[in-house]
Amino acid sequence: MTAPVLADELGPRGKRIVWIASAVSLIVLAALVAVAVQRFADKGQLDAEKWRLLGDPEVMQFLLGGLTTTLKIAVGGMVGALVLGVVLSLTRLSQSLPLRFLSRLYTEFFRGFPLLLLILFFFFGLPRLGIDWPRIWYMIVPLLLYNGAVIGELFRAGILSLDRGQSEAAYAVGLSYWQAMRIVILPQAVRRMIPAIVGQLVVLLKDTSLGFFVQFEELLRRAEITGRFGKNELQVFMVVAVVYMLVNMTLSQAARRLEVRQRRRYGAGGLAVAGVEDLAVVDAAAEAKVAGPKA
Amino acid sequence: MDVVLDNIDVYWEGMQVTAWLTVLSYAAAFVIGVAVAAFRVSPVPPLRLAGTAFVEVFRNIPLPVLIVVFFFGFPKIGIIYSPFISAVIVLAVYTGAFLGETIRAGINTVAKGQAEAARALGLTFPKTLRIIVLPQALRSVVQPMGNIFSALIRNSAIAYGISVVELTGATDRLNTDTAQPIPIFIGGAIAYLLLTLPTGYAIGVIERRVAFKR
Repeated sequence: MTAPVLADELGPRGKRIVWIASAVSLIVLAALVAVAVQRFADKGQLDAEKWRLLGDPEVMQFLLGGLTTTLKIAVGGMVGALVLGVVLSLTRLSQSLPLRFLSRLYTEFFRGFPLLLLILFFFFGLPRLGIDWPRIWYMIVPLLLYNGAVIGELFRAGILSLDRGQSEAAYAVGLSYWQAMRIVILPQAVRRMIPAIVGQLVVLLKDTSLGFFVQFEELLRRAEITGRFGKNELQVFMVVAVVYMLVNMTLSQAARRLEVRQRRRYGAGGLAVAGVEDLAVVDAAAEAKVAGPKA
Repeated sequence: MDVVLDNIDVYWEGMQVTAWLTVLSYAAAFVIGVAVAAFRVSPVPPLRLAGTAFVEVFRNIPLPVLIVVFFFGFPKIGIIYSPFISAVIVLAVYTGAFLGETIRAGINTVAKGQAEAARALGLTFPKTLRIIVLPQALRSVVQPMGNIFSALIRNSAIAYGISVVELTGATDRLNTDTAQPIPIFIGGAIAYLLLTLPTGYAIGVIERRVAFKR
């Protein structure tokens, strides 16, 4: 909400222009809303009965069940992704060249194509190969395979962001490489990455709705079933969209708050992250930190 | 392996549709992104609020939900487009929210003295933004904008959910036809990598090209 470019005080003429612009833009925005509402009303989409159905206890329970499944997949995928992420980041930073290569290959591969492709493979490919799991795993496993690659990169950035003195001191007191990792490095790296991990949870939660396309009954699919049943698709979809938005905003808010706390605690050492799109930024920050002392 | 080579034309068709989806929606998303970023840094409070609301709404609603609302919900209020156009619109709006945030971050990196100098010269806010601030801001966010582009290549797969047969759709249909999931899906994944990896390289080139010599 800050205005970085024109932060300084405006003169009387500037103030007048801003005042006029505010009035004009308010009128335009209000007109847009009015047109939308009118559109809904004209087509009978504001009729009370279309909305009332959503308050029905059974419908609510059905949708809540969908939300529970959605959360279950997201959390399950996250737990798996964390484990896989630790493994990937450790192999990526290990001394062995083949291990480093394999880890890198995995990460590049799984981040290179759509998650939907992987989900389709699990739902429509695996059964042909005689693999028959409970369907929920066809959602959780692709999510953890993909997000493991993302979390692995986050952990790597977290480990690299630690002061080198930490590992040097650990070796100096006689710890082996793995002991140093386990006792000194990883706990700090993980703690530093907590805001980023919570942020990634938003991405995971959004991705669970891909289950819609494979007839998996998470929140979005259940919304569609409800809408077909009650002939109020538009209303159900809009309510569900708001539910997703509220859950995700709460999570993002938590991530942001954690990040601020973190930054206060570690100073500039805490890395700012907010999802896959920003991953390259973390990457660059971590690389810079590594390259820094050498240059 | 043969099954992939025999159907290489099917993959190729899919890749072309994916490429069109990506390029068209990115172009539209760029316009949306610049507008949203400009709104968010403008001195006009209602516009700032509208920009923030746009970003918060479209970043927090999952892409599949957006496409389902648009394609299955909006026809009820008379908004009907073909699957391809619907996919482009939804992808553009969703990506536009991310681009808006990124461009705003770029604007924040431009030294304040630049805007102050522009104002001292008597430039209005839109002119300051267009002539002075945006050209510098965009150069500093080439890398993240490129990441959003390759994310868009992958996100465009949701178009298959409304029956646009792009690369993911082509792969899925081949799986149904041939019943050989492993080679078919690996072929699809490689086809995506053929699109995403050169993009990453191109971003690096563009970034060096447009960088200011300081």
